[in-house]
Amino acid sequence: MVTLVNGQAVELEAIALLAPDAFQTIVADAVEAGHRVAALFGAATRQPEITQIFAVLVNAQRNRLHVVRTEVAGDRFPSLTPRCPQVHLFERELAEQFGLKPDGHPWFKPVRYHHSWTHRDAWDRPKDSPILPGVCDFYRVEGEEVHEVAVGPVHAGVIEPGHFRFQCHGEQVFHLEIALGYQHRGVEEALIGGPNARSIHYAETLAGDTTVAHTIAYCRVLEALSRCQKPARAQALRGVALELERIANHVGDLGALANDIGFLPTASYCGRIRGDFLNMTALLCGSRFGRGMVRPGGVGFDVDDARVAKLLRLIDAAEKDTSVAVNLLWETPSAMARFENIGRLPMRVALELGIVGPAARASGLPIDARSDQPSGSYRFAHIPVSTYETGDVFGRAYVRWLEIQHSITFIREQLRAIPSGSARDRIGPLMPDRLAVSIDEGWRGEVCHVAITDDQGRFSRYKIVDPSFRNWTGLAYALRNQQISDFPLCNKSFNLSYCGHDL
Amino acid sequence: MLSVLLARLQQKHRTIKYPKGSPPELPDRFRGRPSIDAAKCVTGCRACADACPTGAVTVADVVRIDMGKCLFCADCQAACPQSAITFTTDHQLAARCRSDLIVEPNRQGPPHEAALDGDLMKIFGRSLKLRQVSAGGCNACEADINVLGTVGWDLGRFGIQFVASPRHADGLLITGPVTQNMRLGLEKTLRSVAEPKIVIVSGACAISGGPYIDHAQSNNGSGKYMPVNLFIPGCPPHPLTILDGLLRLLGRI
Repeated sequence: MVTLVNGQAVELEAIALLAPDAFQTIVADAVEAGHRVAALFGAATRQPEITQIFAVLVNAQRNRLHVVRTEVAGDRFPSLTPRCPQVHLFERELAEQFGLKPDGHPWFKPVRYHHSWTHRDAWDRPKDSPILPGVCDFYRVEGEEVHEVAVGPVHAGVIEPGHFRFQCHGEQVFHLEIALGYQHRGVEEALIGGPNARSIHYAETLAGDTTVAHTIAYCRVLEALSRCQKPARAQALRGVALELERIANHVGDLGALANDIGFLPTASYCGRIRGDFLNMTALLCGSRFGRGMVRPGGVGFDVDDARVAKLLRLIDAAEKDTSVAVNLLWETPSAMARFENIGRLPMRVALELGIVGPAARASGLPIDARSDQPSGSYRFAHIPVSTYETGDVFGRAYVRWLEIQHSITFIREQLRAIPSGSARDRIGPLMPDRLAVSIDEGWRGEVCHVAITDDQGRFSRYKIVDPSFRNWTGLAYALRNQQISDFPLCNKSFNLSYCGHDL
Repeated sequence: MLSVLLARLQQKHRTIKYPKGSPPELPDRFRGRPSIDAAKCVTGCRACADACPTGAVTVADVVRIDMGKCLFCADCQAACPQSAITFTTDHQLAARCRSDLIVEPNRQGPPHEAALDGDLMKIFGRSLKLRQVSAGGCNACEADINVLGTVGWDLGRFGIQFVASPRHADGLLITGPVTQNMRLGLEKTLRSVAEPKIVIVSGACAISGGPYIDHAQSNNGSGKYMPVNLFIPGCPPHPLTILDGLLRLLGRI
């Protein structure tokens, strides 16, 4: 087991190759001791019949990351999921990409519906036939008054596609199963052999509303692999952009939650105020989504005094508007009655499923990469971890509101005391035969990028874990024993990314 | 109740005046329609084309930028040693015709007469209901389409509305590069819209594949599957660019 800090690169050789059962024991024991699996993924080796499996473990108490690896010869490996449920989707993904069968996996299905990167297929599907999304087994409930509701891939709103199946008894949902993969664009595969002119644009469009978080994670991987010192001024500006992204999305979500219960004042105001925060990001870099803001070695756009002053003025105005609009929600008992005790995700389940971000914090888990694995300006300016204990829609809404307030304070601090100097350093060639891990806290939760370089310093594997990848299962769980009519509300309280999951 | 009324007073009326009044102010760093000064080009220099992540910039007899492929990242502008390429803050980018998205040194953007022709205009000019399909869009395009429904933009005042079913729609607004896994879904949705129908594609992905050009998992946009009535470039297009395109299509600008 090799130990490293967030944003550090290690030599591949330093990561000892464990036997499969030793690998399993180490990962499962670490999870039982309170660690979390940030990523578990396969990587091709020179021999086509051998696949390496890497696991990145997060030790939140000690601000450390642990990396272990093993090798699978042939096309089967024993599934870790029965002992460690949070890896269930990682194992399905590994199987889909490399055609390996995890023996003993409790619900073994494709994740994104594509042909494997090897010539094997874990489901023994014919090689030349197309793979159709959503074509797989689904849970079925049978009995009197039991029925199934299937929705999607094209949903009713202006939203990404996915397929949802509800097993219902009247209004009551026994189980919701979510089939995604419709947005799969082959990003991880395309990153192999990079970096090149297009790589950073993949990072920027992995999940459009998480542009800043993913691009920071991508750039920090490059910086780790090329030993680049990012200037302090760039760190501060990255922090500002990341928190603006968080606020804009959180404000939008609070408005959308209000809309789903028909509480129109907050819905209309927050819809507009979200735009005010997006426009602040555009003031920094010209793009409302932060395209072009974060670049390897620093940031693409510096600020001057006038721009800082204008930003601070805009933040003051938007803060007041937000506070008036959002407090209406908390002050309205009929609105609160629709939020409380709906879509509960208990802490024990959130822990077991490896849930991250506001959804985890609303279930009482104090995990937040900004304080657990701090990087950049978060090492010096601490943002309190906002938690709530109810794990329901209200909890997830209220955690967002707490975070909006903390982020505004953080942005003010950063802008008022912005370090001088350059905003971007040159970045050199990447070191060969290394592994680098970069984690940051996007607005939905932990964004994790892992890059492995070959002997030429090119990406031989690039793994991306969007928080949605972990949290979709949390939404499915939260729907159990709810009314099906509460689905939109529960769904919005998680507000997960399809693209971030589908990659 | 009192607090709701007080909040209403505090939040004020914020719907933009455009197109009757001036459009909302765009930031100085906004990257709109590119402009090329061929006089500055050095023979044999390919710096802009080499820097472009999607092949939007080509250098033949002159430099051309295809806004349908452009991610508006300005990597070409940064790479040009002569500063021959600049991104202006002009937000009017949408065009009826794919070839009108090509920016050349002596061409002033897309033609502004982009309105629908006779019959279609008669049918859709005053009420246009669109079904949006995200076919691999990263949600940035979708998010800035959603913005048009907020009180700040109030798209409904132009008779344009997004509807839940293709059966209720006059046409599609498509985002995303059309992934393999969404191709059937998109085709079925298009078939479900009654004739006559229109198709609008928004964002570099939907026009050309965007950053996913030539990926085996995507289909380089919607163009080869259906006739397109309006192309809205950008990555993602600014809400003002989308609104401008839609209003031009309906002859309101």
